[in-house]
Amino acid sequence: MSDKVDITLDINGAAHAISVEPRKTLVDAIRDDCGQTGTHIGCEHGVCGTCTIILDGEAIRSCLMFAVQADGRKIRTVEGLADGETLHPLQQAFIDHHGLQCGFCTPGFLMLAANALEHNPDIGDGELLDVLASNLCRCTGYQNIIKAVRAARDTMRGAKV
Amino acid sequence: MTHGGNGHDYPTPPPASERRVLGHAVTRIEDRPLVTGRGRYAGDINFPHQLHMRVVRSPKAHGRIISVDASVALKMPGVVAVWTNDDIADLSPIDFRADKNATGIREFRQPALAKTYVRYIGDPVAAVFADDPYVAEDAAEHVALAIEELPVVMSASDPPGEFEPGRSSEAIVLHHSFGDIEAAFKNAHAVVEIDVQTGRHSGVPMETRGAIGVYDAAKDLLELHGAAKIPHRNRETLCRMLKRSPSSLHVHESHVGGGFGIRGELYPEDLLVLVAAMRFKRPVKWIEDRREHLMCANQGREQRHLARIAVDKNGHILGIEDEIFHDQGAYIRTHGVNVPNRTMCMMTGAYKVPAYRAKARVRLTNKTPAATYRAPGRYESTFVRSRLMDAVAAKLGLDPVEVRRRNLITADELPYVIAFNEPGIEELEFDSGDYPALLDKALKAFGWDKLQAVMKRRRAAGELVGAGVAIFMEESGRGPSDNARIKVDPDGDVELITGGASLGQGFETSMAQICAEALGVDYQRVRVIHGQTDLIDHGIGAHAARATVLTGGAVHVTATMVREKAIEFAAELLQTPAADLDIVDGMVMRRGAKDGGPSISLGDIAKRVAPGSKLLRGRDPQLAAHGWYNTDHTVFPYGVHLAVVRVDRDTGKVAVERFMVAYDVGRAVNPLLIEGQLVGGCVQGLGGALSEEFVYDESGEPLSATFADYLMPTLHEVPDVEVLLTEDAPSPRHPLGLKGAGEGGINGAGGVIASAIDDALQMPGAITRLPVTPQRIRELLRRRATA
Ligand code: FES
Ligand code: FES
Repeated sequence: MSDKVDITLDINGAAHAISVEPRKTLVDAIRDDCGQTGTHIGCEHGVCGTCTIILDGEAIRSCLMFAVQADGRKIRTVEGLADGETLHPLQQAFIDHHGLQCGFCTPGFLMLAANALEHNPDIGDGELLDVLASNLCRCTGYQNIIKAVRAARDTMRGAKV
Repeated sequence: MTHGGNGHDYPTPPPASERRVLGHAVTRIEDRPLVTGRGRYAGDINFPHQLHMRVVRSPKAHGRIISVDASVALKMPGVVAVWTNDDIADLSPIDFRADKNATGIREFRQPALAKTYVRYIGDPVAAVFADDPYVAEDAAEHVALAIEELPVVMSASDPPGEFEPGRSSEAIVLHHSFGDIEAAFKNAHAVVEIDVQTGRHSGVPMETRGAIGVYDAAKDLLELHGAAKIPHRNRETLCRMLKRSPSSLHVHESHVGGGFGIRGELYPEDLLVLVAAMRFKRPVKWIEDRREHLMCANQGREQRHLARIAVDKNGHILGIEDEIFHDQGAYIRTHGVNVPNRTMCMMTGAYKVPAYRAKARVRLTNKTPAATYRAPGRYESTFVRSRLMDAVAAKLGLDPVEVRRRNLITADELPYVIAFNEPGIEELEFDSGDYPALLDKALKAFGWDKLQAVMKRRRAAGELVGAGVAIFMEESGRGPSDNARIKVDPDGDVELITGGASLGQGFETSMAQICAEALGVDYQRVRVIHGQTDLIDHGIGAHAARATVLTGGAVHVTATMVREKAIEFAAELLQTPAADLDIVDGMVMRRGAKDGGPSISLGDIAKRVAPGSKLLRGRDPQLAAHGWYNTDHTVFPYGVHLAVVRVDRDTGKVAVERFMVAYDVGRAVNPLLIEGQLVGGCVQGLGGALSEEFVYDESGEPLSATFADYLMPTLHEVPDVEVLLTEDAPSPRHPLGLKGAGEGGINGAGGVIASAIDDALQMPGAITRLPVTPQRIRELLRRRATA
């Protein structure tokens, strides 16, 4: 169809030189052209948040953006959250608190929470609730997700002092 | 090896405190890949040279297909083919899974592509195959459909129309009954009637459906990837429909992003990718988008009940009569008429009901087909039963809890048999429990009595708050059989191949725990395989909360066989009587010996019994076994839901302040996972009670085709669900006492919320319909103001 555009997506520090149609969504490019399938698609219309990634330090919904708009910008996805074999405190907390069942929403929640904690390591319970209420999960009833994120926040705060 | 099924009872299994890992709240073995983005869901599966399929769907709710013009689409670069029903003329409509020979309803099955008629908006009419998914989608938009519109039937309460010329849209009328219903109503002190309905909602997993068909011409092997729930049973149906032998067709499950009863059934798209893969000799991938999902995946729950109940002067039930209008949607899919049957079967719940007569009118409408959704027939019947009990309480001026307690089946009446008059309907035999005791425990834990006083005060201060209770039976573990294969590797790792399936509920961990307990190994060393028909020939899958109970039984049986084998060889190698040996952390050693003393690891035994080993002396090599668990019993977990709600006078919004799920699971394999299931199910149930609804306009247009219109609970809408998990009544019909837990969180959610809202409004019987949306509440408030 339309002509393809050459762009470079910087995902978790690795450069992916790809050629995409201008209409290709960022999430499709991340998944299909760069092979990073940890970021999921739940609705493609900006409601569920399963496609949440961190772009230049902000949590965004990658289904609502075209890949060409992310050319040269810094993308972080769930694949980059752990430090080698050592899990990020959020990942560990999701395991410890049974914060996932099918795991489909999990990468989105992890990136959303990671971004919130990076912006404000002391984020209060209420505000955290507001942030996390923007993503959908159909399995857990959310209870353990919120427990996990609170626990990770406390661990990370503890590790800093 | 066979256990159960012959009427004998198993001894009561020990509690978790006497077990190493079974019954403990250990973390899940499946989590690490999932939190690091290494999961493999249907959308993540790709094959070289694959085609992408896009389905062209009917824009009309009912009509006759005049023409399908694909000429423009076919000219688009990258488009390989466009199919209509003519291209798959020899393919039968999608078959029923269980009652293959069901008479009277086969005519209502759905073809993979619509033939002469379209019957709901979203009905597949054509399929486009292209090199690229974007191209396939573009091309699909250029397939022109000419459809002559026909009148629609949008409600099962409306007079039936025609499914096709000369065939009524009332597919079948089903009956369930027992006892003398005429006498019950004749002798009644009071009779109350209700007219209530449950709304149309569905599981809506976060991952949409997906299917990838692969045909290996070199081996003449056909594979379906992205399958879920019941891979083995689906293979059976597929083999029948595609006329292939089971060994030439395999179904593969990978990670599944939630199932809830709706995912993993065979749908038109599953058939299409398989037939296309064979015909094009290329893999064919289909991934559903969310709009398609909300218009095409199974929906459920929509029923209207005209029910009446006869009671004596003390509120004891004499009889229940019910006429059900079951909205089946456009076709009868793989479950046949399972949902109306389960609804009628489970209607009387945990109550003593001497006489019962129910009739279900299964009616087709021009909406998305309906089928099973988590706790099928039970969410619906518990809602109706709860409404009846509240109506009795109001009529006789009794306390709603007291009316319920008076009618509960008591512990000394178990096992309790409900046998239906109609031939062929399986009787229910409630196995074990103490329903009044669970009710009392729940009320106490919830602080019910004190709560009543608090709410009185709050209501006096002008708040609209209220509380409700719902009591229910669940059923799980229906037979007949499941099997497992276990093999110990030379390094001591254990491979466990099951015929079960995982929809994300922690199946792997549960099975690993059962295996580890019997075998005496670390559960994290057990590699659990599920949903692969090429690795094990039979499997029950994951439906109706069967996985843990049936597959768990098979794993227990098989692991015990491996254990016995290991101990037999170890006894020879260690020159110690077998009776003195135990297996701890993968080491066979003398019972009670901490360190020291002779021991041998399972891995070493596996090495020593390799083929050719002298040790074998005629016995089979390998530290491995294949075992079966057979049963003809269903087990019956039971539960109580309690809730407190607050209604906002201005907005009509209902806030759930508290919710408790009290549930007896017999024995818990892993309380952490069970609580997760109960809470998750509960929140789904609250969605169905308060906000989720598939709405259609009068022409059949679906108005809930996005997440902005189909409103699932977010973190803002959910209470901190309190869970009271009890293990008072292990099933005597299961070697581990298991009863299954997948549906106990959702079952009573509709019923209890209705009761609580009635109480908040102080309008008994006000809630007649789920979901109770803010609009409906505002309507009630207006009625209340004028009354
Ligand atoms: S897929 Fe992006 S918000 Fe749902
Ligand atoms: S864990 Fe399944 S959707 Fe959240």
